Amino acid sequence: MTEQKPLDPHEKLDIDLILEGLENYHPTRKGWTWRDVPAEGIDLGPFHYRNMSKPLKNSIGLPASKYFDHIDPQPSCVVTTEIASGRFEDDIRRMRMAAWHGADHLMVIRTTGQSHIDGLLEGTPEGVGGVPITRKQIRASRKACDQIEKEVGRPINFHSYVSGVAGPEVAVLFAEEGINGAHQDPQYNVLYRNVNMLRSFVDAAEAKKVMNGARIFQIDGAHNANATAKNGWLVMPELMVQHGINCAFSVKVGMAKDLIGLSTVPPDAPPAPKLWFDLPYAVALRDFFSDFKMRAQQNTRYIEADIEEAIRTHTVDTLISMLTSADIQSTITPDEGRNVPWHYNNIRGVQTVKQTWAALDGIKELVELKHKGPLGEMVRDLKERAVAFLEEVIESGGYFTAVEKGFFVDSGRYPDRNGDGIARDSKGGVGAGSLVERDPDYFAPVCDHFGENHLPADVKHVCDPIDGCTLCKPEKIVYIDELDSEDNCNMRLKETLPYRKGGMIKPEAEWAGDGTILTQFFVPLPEDVAAVYGVEMAKKLGLEDPQVVNIQVMHPAEGCFVEVKGKVGFAIDVKTLKIPEKEVILPEDELREAVKKVGLKVVAATVGEDEHSVGLREILDIKHGGIEKYGVKYHYLGTSVPVSKLVDAAIETGAQAILISTIISHNDTHRTQMKKLADLCVERGIRDRIILIAGGTQVNREMAKETGLDATFGRGTKGIHVVNAMVKVLKARGVL
Amino acid sequence: MSEDRNQKFEKRRVELSKMSDDELKARFWELCNQVVEPIVDLAKTHTSPSIERSVLLRMGIDSITAHGVVDRVLEAGLLGKGAGHVVLKLSQKNGTDVRTAAASILENKDVLYGLF
Repeated sequence: MTEQKPLDPHEKLDIDLILEGLENYHPTRKGWTWRDVPAEGIDLGPFHYRNMSKPLKNSIGLPASKYFDHIDPQPSCVVTTEIASGRFEDDIRRMRMAAWHGADHLMVIRTTGQSHIDGLLEGTPEGVGGVPITRKQIRASRKACDQIEKEVGRPINFHSYVSGVAGPEVAVLFAEEGINGAHQDPQYNVLYRNVNMLRSFVDAAEAKKVMNGARIFQIDGAHNANATAKNGWLVMPELMVQHGINCAFSVKVGMAKDLIGLSTVPPDAPPAPKLWFDLPYAVALRDFFSDFKMRAQQNTRYIEADIEEAIRTHTVDTLISMLTSADIQSTITPDEGRNVPWHYNNIRGVQTVKQTWAALDGIKELVELKHKGPLGEMVRDLKERAVAFLEEVIESGGYFTAVEKGFFVDSGRYPDRNGDGIARDSKGGVGAGSLVERDPDYFAPVCDHFGENHLPADVKHVCDPIDGCTLCKPEKIVYIDELDSEDNCNMRLKETLPYRKGGMIKPEAEWAGDGTILTQFFVPLPEDVAAVYGVEMAKKLGLEDPQVVNIQVMHPAEGCFVEVKGKVGFAIDVKTLKIPEKEVILPEDELREAVKKVGLKVVAATVGEDEHSVGLREILDIKHGGIEKYGVKYHYLGTSVPVSKLVDAAIETGAQAILISTIISHNDTHRTQMKKLADLCVERGIRDRIILIAGGTQVNREMAKETGLDATFGRGTKGIHVVNAMVKVLKARGVL
Repeated sequence: MSEDRNQKFEKRRVELSKMSDDELKARFWELCNQVVEPIVDLAKTHTSPSIERSVLLRMGIDSITAHGVVDRVLEAGLLGKGAGHVVLKLSQKNGTDVRTAAASILENKDVLYGLF
């Protein structure tokens, strides 16, 4: 296996290099990795953090981090993001982006229906709502993760699902390919996928044993009950039972407790009084399951189209994690309620956790939960109901009977039953009747095999008869490249080549060149009309396949906030874009020194019939970080000052520069004033020793040349930019 | 909720309320273990086509061949011996490696008869 060239932060991830030599790739390490959290806390920029992990080598902080020395504190918990567009070649780019924002648990959703496929898939077919999990897909993704983790400087846990009727095979595949985490819960198959319950549990025993051997972290599937039950917040006692069954089963088949995680979701969302349900539940779980890990998920049950609403709920979900505990904090993309998640919404989800975690760092040192009173009572109530539930399961004849009787996912609050639980027949479902009893001479000559295994008398190590299994000798793994000559990544990559490497640019939400964009606007129409208007407007804008994805009524009559997505039908050749040259700003100390050396003095005013002075004052005043901060002396002449008066003042005061501000652009007033200034200075014979600078909201950097000024500035300009420009001119003239 | 279940719950509740938090937790795990015990026994003594295919994978046999072999072994009534066991036996009998043995089962399932 050849060593991969490290990623360059300025270069795109090259899928062709990932695919090259993939047949010989083997994972560089196996097993789950937690974050490195110093017990003494972490000092970052001006702050001390109490509950953070080591910062990344390369990362992008929250937008406000620029005010705090660009620090990017990383929560102590592992942070998950779920990525699955249906094309792994696009997913890996998103994984890289997510890792830069702080995700280190990248979960790949499987394509719809894979649970019912009786065997492994191979190649790189396209998926729906996820990727078909195959050796090639996960190997390529894991290989990409190897590079991404080096780039960000923190191990990445790559995760997918060991469920369905091919569970044991998928587990072996994951163990061989170095997958670090996986969902595995036989109850999930039974309740939500209608896999035969006997088959599901027998397969699960094998799968768990294999996962344990490769130190694959396990997450259960109990959270699906509160995503499915009509009233998610009522099924909490049952959820505790589901967690308990999977944990107990996992331990009994040989899984280490530190590899077992509960997938737990705060079951409620505002406007419900969330804390009164979610907090006691979180506390009760952490009491009963103190030996196991907590993977705190965010609520999906009540997410609909509104992204901001989802983010607000997820912020409170994260607060609940921090008030209790979370080993893994999962994030949900806030657009999950309206479409398959888009690139940048994975980042938004990660940011929600990062922002909340930083804001509430060390919260437990400042506040504590009041266990005496309603919280303690509610916790105890949940626990007693959960135990009573289990007693009834046993009384009814055991787990299988209880499932047959519809004990699970009933929307009633135990012991209430609404009769809407999911009942399954132990003789029915996918894979029914497929179990075979092991004979007295049953033998499986491989490692990490569960259950009765009768080794021949002379065999010392179980896989000796075959001279080592693939778990001991990875070179024995058989790699299948592609099975379908049409549905594979090579065909897709050929199609997207212009957008990936050909310099043709389209916006994208999921896939290279998909062209998807979102428009947001207010329209003064009632809801039903607004939706029709939105589509019509988008069509006129030229968007293909426009769809309204969100409408929020601002007032029944006054109007609505509308979001419409659509596809851009054209690509722009990046070569045709005129990119302004990047202004290099000299270091502040150097600027100060230069200003001092020449005793830099300026005169300044707004020109023409223009009374706007705020912008110019910000460029001048020390209070706003203006040029005064760098030692420049200024003489401010006021507003609506004639250009000639400025030139006179400059000559009188011996100023080296004239600064004008012009906001009004009607009839090209701004251009006229700028040209007039330049012409007048030429007339007076001072042009070669005076620096002329103009600024304004309608001014841009390209205007200097056409108007004959030394520099022109638009929106967002700071004092330092102006000082920098003046020092550069002085240097060019040999004054400095 | 039936009257009977309701009464039973109330009775259980009376007993449970007498327990300390630690006792309640211990009871929870005792019951969980009791629920899964018979299922673990079932898993120890049974196998499935997927388990057997996963064994063949670990023996270095590709997924497509593994699928065909397990189907043939099941048809021949030999899955209870273990598909890996069957392939291993055949390879020993024919003096080939396990991959060749697996491939030969796909070519002609008659090779499975008389192995055990």
